[in-house]
Amino acid sequence: MKFTLSWLKDHLKTKATVDEIATRLSAIGLEVESVDNPADKLGAFRIARIVEAGKHPNADKLQVIQVEVEKGAPLLEVVCGAPNARAGLVGVFAPLGTYIPGSKITLEKKPVRGVVSNGMMCSAAELELSAEAAGIIELPADMASHVGEAYVAVMGLADPVFEVKLTPNRPDCTGVRGIARDLAAAGLGTLKPEKAIAGVEGAEPCPVEIKLEFSKETKSACPVFAARCIKGVANGPSPAWLQTRLKAVGLRPINALVDVTNYISQDRGRPLHVYDADKLKGAVRARLGKAGEKFVGLDGKEHTVDDTMCVIADDNGPLGLGGVIGGEASGSTDATTNVLIESALFDPARIAQTGRKTGLVTDARYRFERGVDPASVLPGLDLATQMILKICGGKPSKATVAGAVPDGRHAITFDTGLVAKLAGLDLPAGEIRGILESLGCDILGKGDVITVTTPSWRPDLHGAADLVEEVVRIAGLDRVPATPLPRPAGVARAVLTERQKRARRARRTLAARGLVEAITWSFIPANEASAFGGSGLELANPISVDMSSMRPGLLPGLLTALKRNRNRGFADAALFELGQAYRGEKPDDQYTSAAGVRAGTAGLGGSGRHWDGAAQEVDLFEAKADVLAVLTSLGFDHSKAQITRDAPAWYHPGRSGTLRLGPKTILAHFGEMHPATLKALDVPGPVAAFEVFLDALPAQKAKSRAKPRLEAADLLPVRRDFAFVLDRGVAAGDVVRAAAGADKALIREVSVFDVFEGGALAEEGKKSLAIEVTLQPTAETLTDKDIEAVVQKVAAAVKSATGGEIRS
Amino acid sequence: MTSVATGADLQALEGELLAGIAGAGDLAAIEQVRIAVLGKKGRISELMQTLGSLPAEERKSFGQSVNELKARVSEALEARKGALDGEALSLRLVNERADVTLPVRLGAIADGRIHPVSQVYDECVEIFADMGFAVAEGPDIETDDLNFTKLNIPPEHPARQEHDTFYFPVKEDGSRLLLRTHTSPVQIRTMLAQKPPIRIIAPGRVYRCDSDQTHTPMFHQIEGLVIDETTHMGHLKWVLEEFCKAFFEVDEVKMRFRASHFPFTEPSMEVDIGAEAIGKPGQWLEILGCGMVHPNVLRNCGLDPEKYQGFAFGMGLDRIAMLKYGLTDLRAFFSGDLRWLRHYGFSVLDVPTLSGGLSG
Repeated sequence: MKFTLSWLKDHLKTKATVDEIATRLSAIGLEVESVDNPADKLGAFRIARIVEAGKHPNADKLQVIQVEVEKGAPLLEVVCGAPNARAGLVGVFAPLGTYIPGSKITLEKKPVRGVVSNGMMCSAAELELSAEAAGIIELPADMASHVGEAYVAVMGLADPVFEVKLTPNRPDCTGVRGIARDLAAAGLGTLKPEKAIAGVEGAEPCPVEIKLEFSKETKSACPVFAARCIKGVANGPSPAWLQTRLKAVGLRPINALVDVTNYISQDRGRPLHVYDADKLKGAVRARLGKAGEKFVGLDGKEHTVDDTMCVIADDNGPLGLGGVIGGEASGSTDATTNVLIESALFDPARIAQTGRKTGLVTDARYRFERGVDPASVLPGLDLATQMILKICGGKPSKATVAGAVPDGRHAITFDTGLVAKLAGLDLPAGEIRGILESLGCDILGKGDVITVTTPSWRPDLHGAADLVEEVVRIAGLDRVPATPLPRPAGVARAVLTERQKRARRARRTLAARGLVEAITWSFIPANEASAFGGSGLELANPISVDMSSMRPGLLPGLLTALKRNRNRGFADAALFELGQAYRGEKPDDQYTSAAGVRAGTAGLGGSGRHWDGAAQEVDLFEAKADVLAVLTSLGFDHSKAQITRDAPAWYHPGRSGTLRLGPKTILAHFGEMHPATLKALDVPGPVAAFEVFLDALPAQKAKSRAKPRLEAADLLPVRRDFAFVLDRGVAAGDVVRAAAGADKALIREVSVFDVFEGGALAEEGKKSLAIEVTLQPTAETLTDKDIEAVVQKVAAAVKSATGGEIRS
Repeated sequence: MTSVATGADLQALEGELLAGIAGAGDLAAIEQVRIAVLGKKGRISELMQTLGSLPAEERKSFGQSVNELKARVSEALEARKGALDGEALSLRLVNERADVTLPVRLGAIADGRIHPVSQVYDECVEIFADMGFAVAEGPDIETDDLNFTKLNIPPEHPARQEHDTFYFPVKEDGSRLLLRTHTSPVQIRTMLAQKPPIRIIAPGRVYRCDSDQTHTPMFHQIEGLVIDETTHMGHLKWVLEEFCKAFFEVDEVKMRFRASHFPFTEPSMEVDIGAEAIGKPGQWLEILGCGMVHPNVLRNCGLDPEKYQGFAFGMGLDRIAMLKYGLTDLRAFFSGDLRWLRHYGFSVLDVPTLSGGLSG
């Protein structure tokens, strides 16, 4: 919504400065997006008169003119290429040094084909006033009396333009008068009274019949349609003052009839439409559209309507979309002599829907979808009639009204104490009443509880809370005292849930392992989603094909990030993300994953070459270590989980694993990425990756804060090494588990310290695995015999579980 | 049996032994001397063995003399050994000299980073937890009802157009799911699930069909909600002022509250902060929208607006991260660019606390 200071002052008597007005507007909810004063960029341009015009000695298309730029001062010699430059022309002059906004140059003193030009006579395009660039501006001859004065001041262009970003609840402020009313209420002046309108009602009935053709269910589409005919108008360009106003707020003058409707729309928030009455056939009716109906709009484009849209039609079919756009065929032209003025009311919801379906963004829609003041139907019609009669002449008919004007007002019972209760602002009852009255409310009752009747132009005021908002915004939000929110007694308590704590801890555990946290998009390309199991969730309106599918996991986004980093020269990257992914559309289908990728040599110990030993290429054990570190950090004893070899297809089938609790609960996958997956995503290998499913971890049992007593035996532990020859397929985990289970009382720890799969053993399909078993005596020192007994048990247990023999 | 030594013999012996000790050139030589003197068959041990053959009256004084000799020789041995030890160590240390300018790896903790959004998330949680706010969460894929209708945004409300919503395909029953356009549905979920008093924040991802330098189709918001029987706008102002001071870690933040309109709050405000807080005086920066929860929203959640009231606010987590830490391009947040993440990311040990300062 745009308006100028002078336009505002038509309605508001104020001495406030532009800054004061802008600040207050923003404070009361009418956010000022910009204040632009054309005088700021056009201040240097002067009114000037061409005294003599002669041929340029060296160029056929140029003239050398003598210009009077200041009364009584010597004439300036100027080179001019405009065909309309001639002696006696009064126009606009730019002195040397002036910045010309339309051509984005600053005038310098330099010869033009050998003749020095001491300035420039300007076209409207050079001043960015219009697109007119063919010739220089021609002012009326009597403007010669203003020679030397600032052009913008003389023409009334030195008028700051405010642009306000209106919230959808304020239809009243789609008109300058509504804005003036708010400013007056907020103490920035007084609202000028409406001028009475007289002499607009003719004697003859309106020659065009108006009908509302709706069912009971759909009549809300257009509850009232008023019209008046004016015969014998002289249409044509509107007066300069009207054109200046419209141009200042960015509207293009069309002709007097249209300009009047646009003016009233901008001035009062009351959209109107004018028809060339001679182009109408039969009655004009508001009705719902019919499938297949079309019309060409004022935008010159063909529009198809449907049965949810309210059209205005005559016997020949739709003329336009009511409250959105008029039709070209029935519109007014300079030749129009008989005009029908429409002032109607349309259902905001239907207008919004029609606007969205058609994509039409018009000034009428902007107002009707917010809710135009129903009480403005007849005054708007009368105001338009008055202006048209004044500008175009003609003879008005009586107004005709189909339907009835709905009462937009309603009564709200308002306990003024609610202002203090909801807003925390203690105001005297008188101030509360005063604010509401200044906004147009009528008040009944005297005590704390009053009955407030809202004005018809404020459909957004429904209940008491709305009135509190009005009072507080006008009184000033800065008057609401900041009040401490009562604190829970004592020291602040912990608030995070177990899931939240897990996420926080997992994140910092991974970062502590050298991984860098990334946040990648929740939506990814469809082919990547399907390569990682798919989520079945495609957006209906993705912003691009690369962001079309909800991610089934976090790895695609991380792998894509690896690729981009590789392309920037950073191949050894270790990234992780902790976030949501989707198995389906239900809230429970969303899960939290902590996933990471290590590429190249970006292992735990650092990447790249180093004098103390180059980092090795990452492998599945890097990923496994990350997984177990997260689980351990979250207090989960991973020895309770099983490791199986059935990680999903995007992992290397032989070099990946799944950590699970029983057949159903999967805690994590880890491993090297499948070479085919990497190739499909164009990511260089090797890449070790993991996914930990934080929601799958069993809830921690409530436990005592006290740690269990330290069991530190005084007796020295005893260590024994074993080397087993095993079939190559035997899992080390099985060996360790068997050994550990051989004597649970004595064996404290089993570690694997060597794996050898080469040489002669390999040819036999065997491998060697060496373990260290730590025995912890508790009661008394172990004798050689005790130790030998445990050694035998370990060998027997491993043999029984895996077939492994002690290597001789 | 050898003859019994005299006092003069002892003196000569002492001179000889001390000279031998002094002459031992390394640790092996001194050990040989020790064995030759104090060993089982050493010179002094031999002397001690002659004691038994002495008359009782001589035995005592001779024994004393030999013991004194032994003590002096032992002392000399130890001193010489200590000196040789020192020499050997000095020599070793000279040979063990390393190039201390060689670079080292700092280890994983120095390499890892926490994303600025996660860091700021933790900072916000820390501040609001102190004021008694719990953290609530909700799904990204929402229903039209929870994202709009229950928040007092009916289907034809113009505010829906401002949301640039991502939708999923229309289902057979005509409904369609969407990606939440704000964290406000978590308000609804919370009010439907628990009775007041309620104090929550709800941080999370939100989605809008919009992309340029300052808009990305996915970003983060943090929602706040307080519902009880007495909380009013003055409390809201206080909470926001306290939050801003704590978050920006300054003693004063200039704040400007402007009336505004959101369908789910009434009255509604937009809040600007004076950019002094981030070292850019003279500007106002819009940081959040807020207001008193609209009676219709309370009613939609089964709460009686005559009894319950409270406030809600929502702000951009990415935006306040940008303001606080001087980040300029929102798109970089989600690019996974290692250079950016290493530069703007946080150390794992930068755990925000109120006692130690949020940013350490």
